[in-house]
Amino acid sequence: MKLTKAMLKISLHSLLAAATLAVAGQAFAAGGHALPYAFEPDTGNTASVRRGAANFMNYCSGCHSMRHLRYSRLGQDLGIPENLLKANLMFTSDKVGDHILSAMPAEAAKTWFGQQPPDLTLESRYRGPDWVYSYLMTFYVDPTRPLGTNNLVLPGASMPHVLWELQGLQVKSEAHAAEGEAAAAHGEAHGPQFELVAKGKLAPKEYEKFVADTVNFMTYAAEPGREHRISVGIKVVLFLILFSVLAYFMKREWWKDVH
Amino acid sequence: MAITPNPYKTTGLLGWIDDRFPLTKLWKDHLSEYYAPKNFNFWYFFGSLALLVLVNQLLTGIWLAMHYKPDAAQAWDSVEYIMRDVPWGNVLRYLHSTGASAFFIVVYLHMYRGILYGSHRKPRELIWIFGSLIFLVLMAEAFCGYVLPWGNMSYWGAQVIINLFGTVPFVGPDLVIWIQGDYIPSDATLNRLFSLHVVALPFVLVGLVVAHLIALHEVGSNNPDGVEIKKHKDPNTGIPLDGIPFHPYYTVKDIAGVGVFLIIFLGVVFFAPDGGGYLLEKPNFTPANPMSTPEHITPAWYFGAFYAMLRATPSFAGTQIWGVLVMFGAVALIFFLPWLDRSPVKSIRYKGPIFKIALALFTVSFVLLNYFGMQPPSALGTTISQIGTVVYFLFFLLMPFYTKIDKTKPVPERVTYEAH
Repeated sequence: MKLTKAMLKISLHSLLAAATLAVAGQAFAAGGHALPYAFEPDTGNTASVRRGAANFMNYCSGCHSMRHLRYSRLGQDLGIPENLLKANLMFTSDKVGDHILSAMPAEAAKTWFGQQPPDLTLESRYRGPDWVYSYLMTFYVDPTRPLGTNNLVLPGASMPHVLWELQGLQVKSEAHAAEGEAAAAHGEAHGPQFELVAKGKLAPKEYEKFVADTVNFMTYAAEPGREHRISVGIKVVLFLILFSVLAYFMKREWWKDVH
Repeated sequence: MAITPNPYKTTGLLGWIDDRFPLTKLWKDHLSEYYAPKNFNFWYFFGSLALLVLVNQLLTGIWLAMHYKPDAAQAWDSVEYIMRDVPWGNVLRYLHSTGASAFFIVVYLHMYRGILYGSHRKPRELIWIFGSLIFLVLMAEAFCGYVLPWGNMSYWGAQVIINLFGTVPFVGPDLVIWIQGDYIPSDATLNRLFSLHVVALPFVLVGLVVAHLIALHEVGSNNPDGVEIKKHKDPNTGIPLDGIPFHPYYTVKDIAGVGVFLIIFLGVVFFAPDGGGYLLEKPNFTPANPMSTPEHITPAWYFGAFYAMLRATPSFAGTQIWGVLVMFGAVALIFFLPWLDRSPVKSIRYKGPIFKIALALFTVSFVLLNYFGMQPPSALGTTISQIGTVVYFLFFLLMPFYTKIDKTKPVPERVTYEAH
């Protein structure tokens, strides 16, 4: 019985350690910068990731590259046949083995925006899906900025509000902002602090879905092997549980003659 | 062409080998006739687990090095290439990155076991010294490996650690340039850290592990009671009465331990390889950038305690070297443990309340130091780290006194073991 106790102890200790790590990690992520929105990405939702890929290719890839992601990998993982891939998602290349590169010349981009738009392959792992979601939700009208808009989570962003046609234009209203900041002070994700002044093509709920799809895609792009490793992991852990039970009984059998 | 037949009277292929190489002898000396105390408990799993993790690091490391490019212009991209284009490359990388943390968890618990049961005491001082050297080399190995992905945290971590040498009086700044091979961490730095990480340090590490095991098998294992099983041998066979052959008894037991360990370890590898930002840090998902410092430069979690000591030590007489000395001193003290413990008994089971309180304070301090070492600097964190550092040092430095005056319980002649 001692070994069962020992095994229980090991697993308990490790679980505790893992839990502490996870909690500490979350506290760390939230520490100091309460984001206006929380977003739990779902890369297993292939339909959403596929829509997100279309969103990205249509609205983002003009300026932003994903230089570590190949079109072919995208097609393979998302179940998009080559002809559809070429017709709908590939605008700058006709070779499916190519990486997703923006057509914007780096030097010109620097002149236009002050800096080259960053590569977005790993953005979702670098900043976190919450951040990307919040970023795309919180562009607002700010006449003091050269391009007329500013962003709540990245103040002074050089990127214009590319999606204004879809979302519409929002202003930071004093009343809403105060409410939002009060919530943020309590460490809560603060809800709306903007007032929509010009309607977009999409209703607010539709726009949220658009952003969610896009972030799901970006999370997929940051680690295309994610779904595969999770599905392999389940099999591996199930096997190991069986293995450990057998190993335990084997140990007990051998140890019967130790007195 | 006569040959002296081997004493094991083996025949056939094995006999042919045994006449020329001590294969059966090695097998018997280290496994089938290595008699280990029968009362090992939970804490004794971590030795074999450390070996398992070492093998994992070596094998995954070999395959990672087949695809990785130690070049400041290509390193970052080659890691993403491994993650995306190399079949199973992501799993290989996660096994290696999670393995580094697992190595430290397992080694810390293994060392803690030594402190609990006095495994460092006479005649096992050299085992402890080899072990401490393994720990030291492991820290260097982990640091070098941490830099290789050439992400922004890798870069700034390297910058901070290498600049510790800049505090050395007179030669400091030149020393830093000499170590880096440049004025800032650069391609030259990355190349030498790669060389150390994949050739020099693993070579030393494996050698030390072999020495650690040879020393262990020479004097025999300690046990939770801290009694010497060799004192009571069967008069006919010469086998310790409380000893059982390592193989098959501890091999089957350790295999069960391996199963449970792998459930946890591979659980992290497959389901949470980022470890909440502690195993793979967010700032490392962007390439090294000498122009942009991450918001908080934190070391890998396993250096947290030592980093906290570094930060908690105030500068004095116009130099920061005191923090560096404290940090290295904290590691150096570990080597002296066998001579600092003056208790007449080895195991905590028979030690008195003073040692138990000292160990509890030490444990709490180490955990707190580790925690605050990973947090951004704060007034509270600094105060707690300062207290923790003092407790850490006093645990070692006062040990000769408190272990001597502490009340101990009588130690049994034989190990305590309950068959089940």
